Amino acid sequence: MGADGTQRRAGGHTAVSNVSTTDETAVTPYAVLPEVPRLADRLVDQLAFPHRDRYAEMVEAFRSGGYETCADLCAVDYLTHPGRTLPDGVQAERFEVVVNLLSLSQRQRVRIRVQVPEADPVVASLVDIYPGVDAMEREAFDMVGIIFEGHPDLTRILMPEDWEGHPLRKDFGVGRVPVQFKEAPGPR
Amino acid sequence: MSDDEFPEEDLELEGQEHLAAEEATLYAETSEGAQELLPRQEVGDVDLRRETGAVLRLPEGNYINPDDIDIERRDDETMIINMGPQHPSTHGVLRLMLELDGETVLRTKPIIGYLHTGMEKTAEELTYVQGSTNVTRMDYLSPLSNELVFSLATEALLGVEMPPRATWIRMLMVELNRVSSHLMWMATNGMDLGSTSMMIYGFREREMVLSFFEKTAGLRMNLNYIRPGGVAADLPDGWQDDIEVICDTIMARTFEYDELLTGQPIFRERTEAVGSLTAEEALALSITGPILRSTGVPWDLRRTMPYLAYDEIDFDVIVGTYGDNFDRYSVRLNEIRESIKMIRQIAEKMPAGDYRIQDRKVTPPPRARIDESMEALIHHFKIFTEGFRVPEGEAYVAIESPRGELGCYLVSDGTSKPYRMHIRGPSFVNLQVLPVLLRGGLMADAVAVISSVDPVMGEVDR
Repeated sequence: MGADGTQRRAGGHTAVSNVSTTDETAVTPYAVLPEVPRLADRLVDQLAFPHRDRYAEMVEAFRSGGYETCADLCAVDYLTHPGRTLPDGVQAERFEVVVNLLSLSQRQRVRIRVQVPEADPVVASLVDIYPGVDAMEREAFDMVGIIFEGHPDLTRILMPEDWEGHPLRKDFGVGRVPVQFKEAPGPR
Repeated sequence: MSDDEFPEEDLELEGQEHLAAEEATLYAETSEGAQELLPRQEVGDVDLRRETGAVLRLPEGNYINPDDIDIERRDDETMIINMGPQHPSTHGVLRLMLELDGETVLRTKPIIGYLHTGMEKTAEELTYVQGSTNVTRMDYLSPLSNELVFSLATEALLGVEMPPRATWIRMLMVELNRVSSHLMWMATNGMDLGSTSMMIYGFREREMVLSFFEKTAGLRMNLNYIRPGGVAADLPDGWQDDIEVICDTIMARTFEYDELLTGQPIFRERTEAVGSLTAEEALALSITGPILRSTGVPWDLRRTMPYLAYDEIDFDVIVGTYGDNFDRYSVRLNEIRESIKMIRQIAEKMPAGDYRIQDRKVTPPPRARIDESMEALIHHFKIFTEGFRVPEGEAYVAIESPRGELGCYLVSDGTSKPYRMHIRGPSFVNLQVLPVLLRGGLMADAVAVISSVDPVMGEVDR
């Protein structure tokens, strides 16, 4: 029996095909903090480059503008590729945090890329805005070593707790460190 | 016993000291540090609220009543136990730490990383040609989805247009893979709930699909069939007959599953109203795929953000209502039927033409050409030693894998190897729903709930 007391059918039901596309809270992506530099992109509806001080503010603005879910968050180490294309007014730094937001009601994606300097790899955590980034931020911390300020449980998620270094950094060697077993003395 | 014989206070003190010392030794021996679920007294109120279920971290208006979280519960009434990583019901090497009060689950923490093999780092050392061999091993139950998303991202950076037949072959294979992946899920879910016959049937039907894969690509799993630039080979002769047999058989068998599971009282008792989830919780936690659809949100990337040629075929998006185990089951069962419907249409509409692009800088020349043409030999040699160069740029491409949104974020610096490849694994993100689903449920239901989330650890840990 279902929660409403009726015998439930074997197969759920088939959906209406469309998510409503007219949402009153909907904003066009360019209306969100228009002074933040943008780049045109073939594949994504919006590509924004806020300074890291305004990063959380911008994500918050998208959240209230109808971007219900954060699809992805990852970090990139640009150590050996500093000359990438960036809009005017954006200072290239070693790390980048890349956030993909998704609006179900407007069927749009935005991508936000934040420059994070090597000397102080700290950005605000989005956990209070999108709880689902919890694991993704832990992964970015574990793999690239970005510190997310305000994250409730910023611990390693994929690597062992006592691992040293952040494997996806470009200066972390590959193929030289032997497989480490717990309790066995490693070469670190 | 009387007080004279045993001085009660002393005994109690001694016992406590002894216990504390033993506990400390045990803790030191078994702890791996802060990744684990901490005992209640070591967790602050705020952290406890957060930990007790991710629901608590929902945006404003969705806060749970703090009185409901048992913060005042004394620590000695609860017990933290460890489940996994070698537990048979955890579908691989998932480890859960559960705080129990009797049989009720209070807090849960999934601990992952036991299958981490550094595939994202490996991808930076492999060329784009070799890359699909790497990504196919991530979600080992739907390898073709991984290859597809990697190929689509590479092609987006290259800016090449696929011939129609390549697109439709990809669609055919990915939908077949969805059927086999969901069948595998039905099999293991049946086994977790005690229906061993479902286990046998699920594997039996899946084998039909895998045999077709073997005939087409040469391998049953980890096919490396979808590659940047097209697919590895054309469909084998007589593929329409094979597809027809697969479709007819599996479609008929899904109705047998109905009789075996859907209508069975024990199965319904164990799935209905177990592990419920609301649409708000699912969206806040970035949950996608069948779990999101089971809460009633009709979000399927094949329909809402079409890729390949999904906008040219007719299918329904299956949604549930309550977001419980039963809805997740019925969404997946009906997605098998929808996929079969799609496979039939694809087989009917399959266009003729090339199965890969004829750009010699991206795809190798046919074997026969190498004997005749020096240029073909050079192209062949260059592609398999150096690979092809991809223009500088970055792209995020997402597809609907059997588990949800599978994304690939690819950064190219203009060489023949990806500068950075990040895979957004749906299982990795979906695992965060476990503390919410398990909270307040029974320990016995935990097995059913874990199974209904359908995590594939190869993709979670990558």
